[in-house]
This record gives sequence, C-alpha cells and structure tokens, in this order.
Amino acid sequence: MSTLTDLYTHGFWRRVGAMIRKEFIQLRRDRITFATMITIPLIQLVLFGYAINTTPRDLPTAVLLQESSDVGRSILKSLENTRYFKVTHQVRDSETFDRLLASGSVLFGIEIPTGFERALRRGDRPALLVAADATDPVAAGSALGALGQLVQTALQNDHAIPATTASAFEIRQHARYNPAGRTQLNIVPGLLGTILTLTMLIFTALSVTRETERGTMESLLSMPITPLEIMLGKIAPYVLVGFMQAALILVAGVVLFDVPIVGNLFLLATLTTLFVATNLSFGYTFSTLAQNQLQAIQMSMMFFLPNLLLSGFMFPFAGMPVWAQWVGESLPLTHYLRIVRAIMLKGSTLMDLHYDALVLAGLMLVAMSIAVTRFRRTLD
Amino acid sequence: MNAVADIAIDVHGLTKRFNGLVAVHDLSMQVRRGLIYGFLGPNGSGKTTTIRMLCGLLTPDEGEGTCLGYDIRTETDKIKSQVGYMTQRFSLYDDLSVVENLEFVARLYGMPDPRGAAQAMIERLGLQQRGTQLAGTLSGGWKQRLALGACTLPNPQLLLLDEPTAGVDPRARREFWNEIHALAGEGLTVLVSTHYMDEAERCHEIAYIATGELLTHGTVHDVIADSRLVTYNVTGDGLAKLAGELAARKGVDMVAPFGASLHVSGRDAAALEAAIAPYRKSKSLRWEHSEPSLEDVFIELMGRDRSGKPDRTKTKTQ
Ligand SMILES: Nc1ncnc2c1ncn2[C@@H]1O[C@H](COP(=O)(O)OP(=O)(O)O)[C@@H](O)[C@H]1O
Ligand SMILES: [Mg+2]
Repeated sequence: MSTLTDLYTHGFWRRVGAMIRKEFIQLRRDRITFATMITIPLIQLVLFGYAINTTPRDLPTAVLLQESSDVGRSILKSLENTRYFKVTHQVRDSETFDRLLASGSVLFGIEIPTGFERALRRGDRPALLVAADATDPVAAGSALGALGQLVQTALQNDHAIPATTASAFEIRQHARYNPAGRTQLNIVPGLLGTILTLTMLIFTALSVTRETERGTMESLLSMPITPLEIMLGKIAPYVLVGFMQAALILVAGVVLFDVPIVGNLFLLATLTTLFVATNLSFGYTFSTLAQNQLQAIQMSMMFFLPNLLLSGFMFPFAGMPVWAQWVGESLPLTHYLRIVRAIMLKGSTLMDLHYDALVLAGLMLVAMSIAVTRFRRTLD
Repeated sequence: MNAVADIAIDVHGLTKRFNGLVAVHDLSMQVRRGLIYGFLGPNGSGKTTTIRMLCGLLTPDEGEGTCLGYDIRTETDKIKSQVGYMTQRFSLYDDLSVVENLEFVARLYGMPDPRGAAQAMIERLGLQQRGTQLAGTLSGGWKQRLALGACTLPNPQLLLLDEPTAGVDPRARREFWNEIHALAGEGLTVLVSTHYMDEAERCHEIAYIATGELLTHGTVHDVIADSRLVTYNVTGDGLAKLAGELAARKGVDMVAPFGASLHVSGRDAAALEAAIAPYRKSKSLRWEHSEPSLEDVFIELMGRDRSGKPDRTKTKTQ
C-alpha cells in the first residue's frame, strides 16, 4: 500500500518535471517571446517610472496682458520662474485667449486687467483673473493652489508692497468647462477611449496569426485576394462593433454619471469612428508582424500600456517630461482624449481639433501601410 | 504559341532550400493539358514544396518556368485566378458551414452568382443534406470532397491536389478518383500528389520524386520499361532467410517481400541470372519471371545513390 503510494508520488513529480522541462524548451525556442518577457517589463518600469509625475510642471499657460505695467511684467516673470506654469502665449485680445483654452493649447489663462497696478498701489485689492481648463481637474488643482503665494512673493520683492497687507489683490478663479470639478466628467470620456483601445486591439491582433495557425492562410493566399483587401475585410466589421460599443458607453455615461455632451454629436461620432479604425489598424499590424498568437497579444499589451499611462488619462499629460510627451503624442489615445474631452465638455469644433484628428488619421495610415507591406504573400 | 496552348506546366531547374537544406533540387517537369499527372514520392520528398512553387506560394531559389503560360515568379496573380489548389492540410474554415465556405470562395473569385454556384457545387458533391453543417464537423472523406469542390468551384484550368486522399477510406478514395477523372474529362489538367501506388495506376502520366530530385517520369508503362529492371517472383519456404542472402549478392539490385512472395530484381539481366542461379535449383522455391511493379521500380530508384549508379548497399524493405 505504502509502496504503491510512493510509486505514484514518485511518478507524479517525474511527470510534472517532464512537463516543466518541455515548457522551458518551447519557451526557449520562441526567441521573440522570450526576449520580450525579459526586456519589456524593465523598459516599461523605467519608462513609466520617469515619465509619470502626479505633480504637474510646466503647464502651458496663456497670459492676457491688458495693460503694460511693471507689476504685470513682474507677475509674468515670476510665473515663468516657477516650474508650475510655462507661459507659452502672450495675447492682447480676449478672443485669442478663449480660443487657446477651447482648443486645449493651454491649460491656464491668466488675465491682468487694465488698471491693475494703479488699483494695487491704492490698496483696492484688484482681481487677477485665472481661467483653468478643468476638464482635467487633477492637473489644474495643484497649480492653482500655488498661484496665490507665488504672485504675492513676486510683488513684495519687486515693488515693495508690504507683506503686512494680507493680500494686496484677489485671485478670481474660474474653472472653465467643469466648474464643479467633478472627476466623472474627466473619467468617463477617458474610460471611453481606454476601453475602446483595449477591445479594438484584441479584435484584430489575432486575425492573421489565427489564420496562419489554423492553416487557412495557405488556401487564402492561393486565391486571388490582395493584402490590402484582406486587411480592409478584416477591419471593417469591427469598425461597426467599435462604434456600437462607443455609443453604449456614451449613453451609459450620460444616463449614469450625468456627463454632458456639449458639442456636436455628429463630430464626436465621426472622430470616434476614426479612433476605432486607428486602433483596429494597429491591432492588425501586430497580427501581421507576430509569428503566433501569443506574440500578437504581447505586442498589443506593450502598445496598450503606454496608451493607458502616457496619454493623459491616468496622469496629467502636461506633467510629463518632454520626451514622454513626445511618446504620448505618437499614441492614438492621447489625441482621442483631447478630442473627446473637448467635444463633450467644451463644445469644441473640428476647427479646434483638426490637429488631433489629422494625427489620428496619420497614425492609422502609417499602421495600415506597415501591415500591407509587411504582410507575407508567400510561405517563404 | 502551340506549346503554350498544349502545356499546362513547364518548369526547369526549380530548386528550393530551407535554411540551407535542399528541399527540391533542380526539378524540371512538363505537364500537357488535359492530363491527370501523378506526382509520387515518399514523405518529405518535396512534393508540397514543388506544388507551392507552381502556384506562387513559394519563390524558387533557382529555376524558372510557366504555369498555364504565366511566369511562376512574376505572374502569380494570374496563376492564382486560374489554378485551384487543394492543400495537404484541410484549409477551409472549420467554423463556417459547407455553404458559407463555398460562397466565400465564389465571392473571392468574383463569380456572378455565388449562391447559385455554391448550391450547384453542393449538388454535384452530393452534400445536400450537409449544407448547413459546420465544415469542421464533417468526416475526413467529406472534408476532402468539400475541399475539392471549393477549389474546382471557380472553374480553374489547372488543379493542384496535394495528397488529397491521405487518410481517407478506400471507398471514399475510389469516389474521389472517379470525380478527378470526370473533371479531367471536362478538360481540366490535374496534378495530384500521392504516395499510394494504386493511385499512380489511375494517372495518365506520373513523375517520381525522392529527396527533392525528380527520378523518373512518363506513363506508368514507360516508367517500368525505362527502368530496364528484370524481376523474378519467388514463392516457397524460407523466404525471409533467402531475402537476406540474395540481397548480399552482386547483380541483385533489390529484394522486396510482397505478401507471400519475394520480388527479386536487377538492372543487368545476365548478372541477375548468375546471382540467382544457385537458388533456382532448390525444390522448395518456385521462380517465375514477372513484370516489375511500379513499387519495385520506385524502391530500386530510391536505392541508387545521387550519381544515378546502383547503390552498393542493396535496398531491402520490410
Ligand atoms: N517551411 C519549411 N521550412 C523548413 N523546411 C521545410 C519547410 N517546408 C518543407 N520543408 C522541408 O522540405 C522537405 C520537403 O518537404 P515537403 O515538400 O513538405 O515534402 P512532401 O510534401 O513530399 O512530404 C522536407 O524535408 C521538409 O522538412
Ligand atoms: Mg506534402
């Protein structure tokens, strides 16, 4: 009895051992998968570790100077000296000022009204107007907090306005587009983009490798169909699926979280379709590059993670170092987030968003060209 | 001009290597239109590789040629539109029904009435009852028929069938061959690879390939005659021991057991006679002069070394 158990357990570990051995051999054979398993986690740790910063710096800011005074210039200089704000635009009229905010070119607008200096010296506590794009409340919050102290110090140093005056001026904040600072208004559009990215990638990432592994590719290649036709045929059905998915998320967002859709619904639908098609193209491209389904999934995940972390969904885009922003600029989700937040919350038009729309279209075309040229038409 | 009209496949010096290993070496073949051309050879001899080069799925490393008059390197698109290729492994969609698979093929080829064409093919194949069944759930024999149906659907001029009857029961195999003959009767050229000898006899012409080299070709009769093999059929007692002894003798090129008898062959009639003379006197053995079978010829061919001379170590099968 006991010898039988011994025999059985002995056999058990031998079989497990045989299985482990076999799996390791197979793993070693699949060089690409093996390499990605080692390098990708490291690369991503370093990449995201340095890129992500929850206290945003250098937020793009527009200043509307309505008078040309010493105090005005001094405020401007102190803003530029801080690491929170980066004055990217100095404007003279309020239309340009509004447009910069609407298009998302700047996150802050600081307006120094006419007669600010005189009122200050008289002790009238004039108002410094600060407009913040609150579609991303996290990015706006900490910078706004720092602003008051900063200007105060600047004025004391440069113009001997006594520190005893509790505050020589008033900061009148206006959180544009999301006055209540509700995070749902930011999260729901962000989730829409993130969910679409993930599902679209998975839909097409397996499409070519699956045919290769099942053996149906050989017959398909022997028939008169071109790589472009195969690609379009495989992407098109999912554009419809993605569109319906987007509609579902939006309706739920409106119904459950009371997220407004201020802008044009047709524009939102069109650009969402473009975004869906872009991600499907990326998934399809991975499918043509990968040698098996596991590789295709790995590539999709490698692509999804930076989309999630560097697009401005999880962490403020403006807070990332410049190189990380460049990486972010090359990801579809970054542009779609800007588009969807702007249309839903700001009511932006295609005029405001043409840059992001063009980048999305460009990314889609690049992915498609890679897919069509890298598609193996023979079994060589 | 005339040659193009008469010849469906005309290739010269095809060579294909995979990672330095030669899969097909310096292969030339001509197949006249309207013929059923059997492509024989053991596993791994390069049949699939050759067929793939013919329909543009593999690019030859060396050699050139035409298929239906189109260059196999540069005009693969034209070849694909007129060639039906049935792959060795079932390559229709398991998760589409019989009808859906056929309609998909019909649409890819831009046929005017895909539904009608699929329906007609289903009737021709006798698959009426199974039209809505998923292709993956068909039995082996039905899968082969469906695959044949799919590649003949767009009315190709040339069929390339890669081991279409492997693993199919004898009755299904016979029906399959009847269908191939019917198609050839309609004017199609059929190149069919197989390793069943009995199927070779059903071809108008055959070619034999081993380890990437085309060793012989022609009608079955020509192939046997060209081998100039002299064969004796031996029956009696102690054949197993006899086989061993004969194989070691000069002048005997091949000894192969066939059921209860032994085939003893040699290329040089006089040498063979001399070699077997001592055994012919034995009372327990019956010697009969016989026509070599295709199998004898092929086994003997494989036994030769690359230079074409008879192999010193004589072939002896099971
Ligand atoms: N894609 C490939 N990569 C590497 N070797 C291959 C490949 N395809 C075939 N071969 C090799 O080429 C030789 C011929 O194979 P194949 O044409 O499939 O033979 P057959 O169809 O006659 O059985 C075999 O040795 C096989 O291992
Ligand atoms: Mg084969």
